[in-house]
Amino acid sequence: MYFAKVIGTVWATRKDENLVKFKLQFIQPITADRKNVGDPIVAVDTVGAGPGETVFYITAREATIPLPVEMAPVDASIVGIVDRIDISRE
Amino acid sequence: MFLGKVVGTVWATRKDEELVGLKFQIVKHIGLDYKLKDAFVVAVDTVQAGAGDVVLVCSGSSARQTAQTKNKPVDAVIMAVVDKLDIAD
Repeated sequence: MYFAKVIGTVWATRKDENLVKFKLQFIQPITADRKNVGDPIVAVDTVGAGPGETVFYITAREATIPLPVEMAPVDASIVGIVDRIDISRE
Repeated sequence: MFLGKVVGTVWATRKDEELVGLKFQIVKHIGLDYKLKDAFVVAVDTVQAGAGDVVLVCSGSSARQTAQTKNKPVDAVIMAVVDKLDIAD
């Protein structure tokens, strides 16, 4: 799982029929220090995250597991909203 | 999924027999400003996207999770045509 910040929403009327019910969010992957890393990606939102929120997401085939459909072409899903990150600095 | 733009179509007569009937599009990565990047993929089109359309591409084993690509040798699929992006400042 990785951290990301929600930066926007994608509107797509024409899409795979199994994705009709789901919200697609644009997310910018970040480090635990909240620095941007890599390019933004699009993820299915299963937890109702909003713009500006820090979330964690899963990728690859596992990303279809939280979705209540048998199969869906999804390679990234938001699975949690981050309240706080504690890092020990030694 | 990544954001891309359809820039062309691939024609291939000799191919795996599981791929017969599928449409292959060349999709270039684009940024949030819709500017084309250098990277591209060949993706199976499941939503009748046309040249110039902004689309979402799903890659890896998840690309087989559509009715058209189930159990087929496919690792990238166009699964949505983008109407609009709402990007927060």
